[in-house]
Amino acid sequence: MAQAPITAAGFQDCRNAWVATLEDLAEADPRIVAVVNDSVGSSKLNSFQKKFPDRLINVGIAEQVMVGVSAGLANGGRIPFVSAASCFITGRALEQVKADIAYANFNVKLVGQSSGIAYGELGATHHSIEDLAWLRPLTNLTVIVPADAWETAEAVKWAAKHEGPVYLRLSRMPVPDLTIPNRQFRPGQAEVVRQGHDLTIIACGTTVHLAAKAADLLKADGIQARVLNFSTINPLDEAALHAAAATGAIVTVEEASVRGGLGGAVAEFTASHRPVPVERVGFPGFLPTGSVEWLFREYGLTPEGIAAAAHRALKRKV
Amino acid sequence: MLTNDKLSLIRDKALWMRRTAFTMVHRAQLGHPGGDFSATDILATLYFGVMNYDPTRPDMPDRDRFVMSKGHATGALYSALCAAGYFPEDWLPTYMQPKSLLNGHPNRNYLPGVETNTGPLGHGFPVATGIAIAGQITGASYRTFVLTGDGEQQEGANWEAAMVAGHRKLSNLTLIIDRNRLQQGAGTEETSGLDPLDDKYRAFGFDVFKVDGHDQAALLAVLSAAPDTKPRCIIANTTKGKGVSFMEGVASWHHGVPNDAQFAQAMKELV
Repeated sequence: MAQAPITAAGFQDCRNAWVATLEDLAEADPRIVAVVNDSVGSSKLNSFQKKFPDRLINVGIAEQVMVGVSAGLANGGRIPFVSAASCFITGRALEQVKADIAYANFNVKLVGQSSGIAYGELGATHHSIEDLAWLRPLTNLTVIVPADAWETAEAVKWAAKHEGPVYLRLSRMPVPDLTIPNRQFRPGQAEVVRQGHDLTIIACGTTVHLAAKAADLLKADGIQARVLNFSTINPLDEAALHAAAATGAIVTVEEASVRGGLGGAVAEFTASHRPVPVERVGFPGFLPTGSVEWLFREYGLTPEGIAAAAHRALKRKV
Repeated sequence: MLTNDKLSLIRDKALWMRRTAFTMVHRAQLGHPGGDFSATDILATLYFGVMNYDPTRPDMPDRDRFVMSKGHATGALYSALCAAGYFPEDWLPTYMQPKSLLNGHPNRNYLPGVETNTGPLGHGFPVATGIAIAGQITGASYRTFVLTGDGEQQEGANWEAAMVAGHRKLSNLTLIIDRNRLQQGAGTEETSGLDPLDDKYRAFGFDVFKVDGHDQAALLAVLSAAPDTKPRCIIANTTKGKGVSFMEGVASWHHGVPNDAQFAQAMKELV
């Protein structure tokens, strides 16, 4: 059987939505600045730099000072969007993110680029699959993983308006637009992508469209799976999780480690409030060499893999 | 204000700050009094001789900023902020008590006048660099002062900040290093040597000044001088535990706390 493509024609690189939105916002609000660790090109900020040369602050390859400087810029009344590869903005500068941004509660927007396994063959040093586990417990820090270009743009707009620290976890892996009528971006609230009552598939970021396709496969087997776009990882939408637990079985899907991220959050919540089987689809840890496409397939981040996880969860349903 | 009046005010405030900090530490039986006392004259000079601020408007956009990077020296910082009028004296006895706004390390969300949260070393200088960049790109008139410990200079993030500040010629930024030559358990030079600090900062693009960190007249002169075209680094040679005979130059007073007899003795000396 031919497998559905992980990427395809018509899919969009969400970085275009990120940078177009940021430029529009910067046009209207002179307080907005971009801070980078030499990551101008990889963050697609070349045009921003041309338009606002004084408002692109490149500290060089130095993530600790990049995050510290952004806290200082916020102290000085600026609204910094700090953009760097998510593996470095989180892992390399984790204490600065914790102390200078989250604990100090500065109005700084951290933007993790090329998150998850976007760097494929470059391996675990450049994969950012631990970031959700690292950042999710940080008080004050809103963590958002947009699922498509529309949600990326909305999240950037919301972050600029929101007074407080935000981590936006972006991908450069092309994804299709989720076709949901009358969409409104509601941070902290899960979005229903497919209605269903037999189980709930909770996904975020690049995996939401795959989860939607998995629900279509399950429908052919007579299974009605609810699919949630769970883009805000901190704070958690507890109402949506209560409702998910009420369906009796849950599958979580994320381009991240299955330890501590979205799956970890859902498992914590259900264990405390309403224990139900939770199957976590994601990566087990450091990964072998392979392309993005190969790694997605190898670890079951495909419609078929997610549907198989749903069957496992349903088998465990009491 | 005439310079002599300023100096007399700074001396009075420094004395009050030392007595206040030691009283807080004695009551809490917690704190870092050695580093409080090496930094006291620097803070007193900044708050009562140099900086432009209004304690009734802690968010005033054009206020001069002071960032206490050696965040463990809260005895010095809180006594300075209290003396400057940011909060009333009756908050001081709550130091380190449950739910006190006077945490062991400063939190800007608890106390007005605290510019950023510090405690882990090597954080204040990068944040101060960001504050100075904000001033540079907006043409604001404020100056930014940051005080680090000398042992703290071993943290690599300081050198990232030094590179950025030197590269951007942040003349509105002044780094002050509390050069008491002692870190937690031993001398800086026997732990991981810092000298020659002056040459290092010159090489990173700073104007470097060396000063006796307890000579308030010298501190006042160097800290209030108008900035030139480069960021400034002031190496303030200090004595850990300065002002109390049995504490001066003794590493164990880094986080040592006084018993009643030591406290009484110190209060006799701090007059």
